[in-house]
Amino acid sequence: MAILIIAEHDNLNLNDVTRHLVTAAQQLDHEIHIMVAGFNHQPVVAQASSLAGVTTILQAANPAYKYQLAENLASLIQAIASDYKYIIAPATTFGKNLLPRVAALLDTEQISDVIAIISADSFVRPIYAGNALETVKTTASKIILTIRATAFAMCEFTTNSCAIKNLDLVFDLNLTTFIGLATSANSKLPDLSVAPIVIAGGRGLHTKEDFVMLEQLALKLHAAIGASRAAVDAGLVTNDLQIGQTGKVVAPNLYIAVGISGAIQHLAGMKDSKFIVAINKDPEAPIFKFADYGLVADLYQAIPELTKLLDEK
Amino acid sequence: MKCLVAVKQVVDPYVNIRINSNNTAVETSNIKMAMNPFDEIAMEEALRQKEAGIISSITAVSIGSTSVQETLRQALARGADAAILVATDQTLTPLNIAKILAVLAKQQQIQLVMLGKQAIDDDCNQTGQMLAALLGWAQGTFCSSIKINAAEQTITVARETDYGLETLQLRLPAVITTDLRLNEPRYISLPNVMQAKRKPLTTINLDSLSVQIHSELQTLKVAAPPQRKAGIIVPSVTELLHKLRHEALVI
Repeated sequence: MAILIIAEHDNLNLNDVTRHLVTAAQQLDHEIHIMVAGFNHQPVVAQASSLAGVTTILQAANPAYKYQLAENLASLIQAIASDYKYIIAPATTFGKNLLPRVAALLDTEQISDVIAIISADSFVRPIYAGNALETVKTTASKIILTIRATAFAMCEFTTNSCAIKNLDLVFDLNLTTFIGLATSANSKLPDLSVAPIVIAGGRGLHTKEDFVMLEQLALKLHAAIGASRAAVDAGLVTNDLQIGQTGKVVAPNLYIAVGISGAIQHLAGMKDSKFIVAINKDPEAPIFKFADYGLVADLYQAIPELTKLLDEK
Repeated sequence: MKCLVAVKQVVDPYVNIRINSNNTAVETSNIKMAMNPFDEIAMEEALRQKEAGIISSITAVSIGSTSVQETLRQALARGADAAILVATDQTLTPLNIAKILAVLAKQQQIQLVMLGKQAIDDDCNQTGQMLAALLGWAQGTFCSSIKINAAEQTITVARETDYGLETLQLRLPAVITTDLRLNEPRYISLPNVMQAKRKPLTTINLDSLSVQIHSELQTLKVAAPPQRKAGIIVPSVTELLHKLRHEALVI
């Protein structure tokens, strides 16, 4: 019995969250297999096959898997599940959408958003927006987990490729049709989920142009841009930049919160960052209770000044 | 088209939670409870679809002890036509909840189930997807827009994903889970609260439904997370940059 990790990818690139999951899986002491289902996704298969610690790649190529539709993928995973003790996906919108469907098809409960592995059957997960940590033990013969990538390090690539097995299984349930994806990703900036530096803006920013100001700083620091719910609700940035209980959870080396007061729902999405900097003109803002470095200042002066100083070295 | 909206009673989102003294659970006795905010959004969406003449009736359902009736009364006051309480004193995991909802959906000949994408207490984000699997239906999760085409028996949804807004077309019947930006739930007016008292709220005993309740999960411990300590206030941007470069070594 081995561990099955479900790869997250866009048919071109393997998302780095998968590399974090490999590190987590290594704590479980079983062979690690990765399932890469997609269409015309050879580059992803190649990347996955050179991850250190992985023994087998299961490749499924079919138009039915191109858009990662949960209905089709879940049935595919169900079909191969008998070989596995653990089935793991990232706690991202991809994994959250897919894995509970797999769990129900297998009549097994799922443990969501694991942040620590205590033993082969016991796991820690946040509840109540991270205001409490629950340790859950399972007696299930098959263990289904979504794992928070940022809680585990990223595995390395090696030069020895592992075995690649083809899955000639096609599940096209025809329940759902992909129509389109409106991406908002800024190609000049790194991906928010895995960026080592994140600059996030909140209620203190008033216009879309204010976020352009943050982007100037982000370009200098090779940082990703994030936002609090207030900024997203105000329409200043798109929803995929939202950090918090119901958005993305990030844990970069450096998190710079700009004009963010620090509601508990927001803290749930960033409090595991290594260093937190808060820039806010309100000295009473709750964010200062969590920040390593706080700067009480008007962000409209502080951000351009910081951007300029970075040029000077 | 008959719609089922599943609503969960949770600790009010504005209450600071407390972990009990033997570290086994979050304290919920004598605490203000409320409808899970994501389920309020599901309820509101069902109402809007009914007002648009697309949904014919809305049944709200919740599972729990008699105190959950309060949350169902709220659903009725918001505009649900009927409510069902599946009565049990057990705390059930999402898979068991999904099994109960699947039985009800079949019994009531439901075509559309709507519920919040996650409950703000256990943050599991599982029930809708599990229900769709058990029924063999299409699933539209984390939706921020819903357009039902009754003639073609399809729903077009926009989903909030990590990559942006994804548009899918689902075949009915389907399960929809709702995200924050789908709508803003309306306030409940007093006349609606009064009216809700006359609407049917049926209690079904869990044992009377033929659902095998079973869980392999056990909570060993509930603990407070490690607290971050407040750091220092720096006097200037120059000082901040100096510290980031030479103390924190992060840039």
